[in-house]
Amino acid sequence: MARVQAQVLSTAQESGVVPEKVRDGIDLMINGERFRHTGDPQMPLLWYLRDVLRLTGTKYGGEAGENGADLVLLDGKAVSAIMQPLARLAGKAVTTVEGLAGNDGSLHPLQQAFIDEDAIGCGYCTPGWLIAGIDLLRRKPQPDDGDIDQLPNLCRCGCQTRVRRAIKRAAAGKVARA
Amino acid sequence: MSGHGIRLSRRRFLQVLAGGAGALVVGIRVAEAADAPLPPAMLGDNLYDLGAYVRIDASGNMLIGARDPDTGSGVATALPRIIADELDADWTRVGVVPLGLGVENDNGKPRWTYGRQLGGVGGSIPAAWNDLRQVGAVARWLLLQAAARRLGVPASRLRCEAGTVIAPDGRRFGYGSLAADAGKIALPSSVPPLKHAADYRLIGQSAGDVDARAIVTGAALYAIDHYYGDALVAVLAHCPWPDGTLARIDTTDTLAVKGVLKVVQLKPEPGQPLGSTVIAPAVAVLAENTWAALQGRAKLKLEWKPGAGSGENSAALEQQATALLAGDALPTSRVRNDGDVEAAGRKAARRLDATYVQPWLAHATAEPMNCLVRLDKDRASLVVPTQAPQQAWAVVQRLTGLAPERIDIRVPRVGGGYGRRLDHDYVAEAVLLAKAAGKPVRLLWTRDEDFGHDYYRAGSVHRISAIIDRKRQLLAWHQRMASASALVHRGVPDDRLWSSELQVDQLPAALVPNYRSDWYALESTLPRGPMRGMPYLSNAFAVESFLDEIAHQMREDPLKTRLRILGEPRALPLSSGGTLDTGRLVNVLKLVADRIEWKNWLRTVNGLGIACWHVDGAYVAHAVEAAMQGETLVIQRVVCAVDVGRVINPLGLQGQVAGATLDALSIALNAAITVKDGQVQQHGYKDYPLASMAQLPNDVEVITVPGDRAPAGASFLAMPTAAPALANAVFRASAVRVRRLPLMKELLRLL
Repeated sequence: MARVQAQVLSTAQESGVVPEKVRDGIDLMINGERFRHTGDPQMPLLWYLRDVLRLTGTKYGGEAGENGADLVLLDGKAVSAIMQPLARLAGKAVTTVEGLAGNDGSLHPLQQAFIDEDAIGCGYCTPGWLIAGIDLLRRKPQPDDGDIDQLPNLCRCGCQTRVRRAIKRAAAGKVARA
Repeated sequence: MSGHGIRLSRRRFLQVLAGGAGALVVGIRVAEAADAPLPPAMLGDNLYDLGAYVRIDASGNMLIGARDPDTGSGVATALPRIIADELDADWTRVGVVPLGLGVENDNGKPRWTYGRQLGGVGGSIPAAWNDLRQVGAVARWLLLQAAARRLGVPASRLRCEAGTVIAPDGRRFGYGSLAADAGKIALPSSVPPLKHAADYRLIGQSAGDVDARAIVTGAALYAIDHYYGDALVAVLAHCPWPDGTLARIDTTDTLAVKGVLKVVQLKPEPGQPLGSTVIAPAVAVLAENTWAALQGRAKLKLEWKPGAGSGENSAALEQQATALLAGDALPTSRVRNDGDVEAAGRKAARRLDATYVQPWLAHATAEPMNCLVRLDKDRASLVVPTQAPQQAWAVVQRLTGLAPERIDIRVPRVGGGYGRRLDHDYVAEAVLLAKAAGKPVRLLWTRDEDFGHDYYRAGSVHRISAIIDRKRQLLAWHQRMASASALVHRGVPDDRLWSSELQVDQLPAALVPNYRSDWYALESTLPRGPMRGMPYLSNAFAVESFLDEIAHQMREDPLKTRLRILGEPRALPLSSGGTLDTGRLVNVLKLVADRIEWKNWLRTVNGLGIACWHVDGAYVAHAVEAAMQGETLVIQRVVCAVDVGRVINPLGLQGQVAGATLDALSIALNAAITVKDGQVQQHGYKDYPLASMAQLPNDVEVITVPGDRAPAGASFLAMPTAAPALANAVFRASAVRVRRLPLMKELLRLL
């Protein structure tokens, strides 16, 4: 996936090097990498991810993120990326669906559970379900049906029963090896 | 290049396309086509222009092309597995590539390289069964011949297994080691015999979605995820009245937004059929990025003028329909007329009537309409989320005048279709905008545009009368339906407009001696178009609800009523050409009844409901158990049985069936598009609430009937019966008969 080069923050100063001037911009961490946004601070995170970084796994759902397709983890909690202007995100850490797997390609247990349960319709809303599911498992490692009922995501393909099974499978640790 | 290929049909031939570079490439070619150069894609560099179905390289890795768009239907998995089974491929070494549109130049006319390319309408697997197995069979035959020559033994003494040829002495040769030789062998004079079912290794076995890993890691690219470096983003404001006009526009503030470059007006092209031109007058804002375009759109000052349809209101349209059906007016079309309904009426022991009202619906695809276009002097390159790339091609060709092969249409995985993507208004918009901008354009419909400007499924009113004789036999059935046809302004003759609304062979046609179905045309200015499950969805709700009402009136178990009407197992000829196998329909009914423990239907506190239907040679039944907890409807259990003949991918089929069931329940529970003063009232999921997890059942128990008939499609098979089974269960649970959808609103009104 094409990715725009990050503006990497300067590390510890060595002696004799003139410190760089403080630059305008919003520094934030996305999937473990540092980024600085110097454009419109009101730009929603969703368009920054998609148009600027070309991290397109987070999908457009609607102007108010109504169907959950644009969920990301913000400091570990699921939020709608279109509802987060970058101005609010200085110093925060964002994890998108692209950041769920390990650097070695090993999948998050819920990702593997989605594969094991074939919990996919067209797949467009799947990243949002994963983020919401991981947020739920963090809050409640052994969720019951009532907890799963509270997920905000919508899906017209009807993947809900399979998603429910996948969340339970991940919670039970019954995940096939990736 | 080997021979002229094997004739598949008058114009289509199987051919080895390339034997060079150590790879074997087999595809379907069309008559008179010049020998193709080695398709570069099949060398592995450019995976978008395969020109072939199977590529085996020297290492034994295999690429198989999937020709039909996968809108979530699972065809990108099922179609390649049909080829792979016949080829005895090792599935773990198969990569699947979406083929995109295959088009060549036949004296200025398009020639479709891959034959039919159409997704999400239930025809992909039946079509693939007819021609794609042969691709695999030929590739396998060539590999066997290559091995036979190398070993000096007849091919008949060799066998294939999981990507290897096995010699009589047990030696094994990987397909990769044979590929180069196989590519040099002349084709057989006819298609080698296809496998016997006993030898299937992949067909009938479950496989997960081939794109699953890419999807869960966010790596899967949909059309909306594609970019060209310098493409402008376009967002639209469509006129709230489909037939309205732009009276005044002020773009000053819009053009002042940083990054906004241009504002362009669009209009439907007069005389073009619906779905191939702009859907309604629109103003497009073109900008460097989506955020700038959206801000620019928010600052447009537009004054729209209503058109002739501005008086349209949903309630009035429904009243008009009800009045039509209640009066003596002749129908617009008499769709079917068996026996003599009037004469039967004079012998009536009992006559029953009921009217069912169903709302307008939107497609509500997850991925909104979008399109990426780049126009060069002699070429158009597009990435289109379409179900019908050949129709998308026609729109692009009309607007650009380019030669057929100069239009390149890629179709990555599609975020839901449901019929919306059989129309290509958004492709026309994107092409017109790219022309106006002189730059590539990435068109994005926002969610409000997607709900507010759709080719909706029209609402309908069904009135059904039944005559029951003294022996409790269903003597006559007269169904009348009023709706605005989806086929108006689509080049369909007036006397066929009913065909999107009613099915001539739908239940209980062919089972009742005196049967009549009439269709009454309504007029509306809202655009209509194909919708998943049409026309079965609305008709099955009316018919299967009414059968339940008949059973209730006769104080009979509704399962028994249905079984009596279906009668002994037999094959009844249908006027559409196929047959209705009542035995298979009874079988799926009994399967769901047994699973849900129907014998308790009277005793259980919860309500049990049942329904069945048949669609193009496939059979489906649902049983639902529901309970009322105060004013909350809880769907406790849902069982669905389907009989599609041979099952290609059981896991995929279960997913389709469970998914279609939930989709149908979701729509039936909540969904309605309404129009007021000519404007659609719903602009997002808040106004058009797809069901939440909590509203839906925790599980859908799917039973697939094994079979050996040629496979039927299943993309919407499980939709028609879900809602009536639910409504019938609700009746048992609450004593409220819901004759109007959406169900929850009506149920709460009646409780």
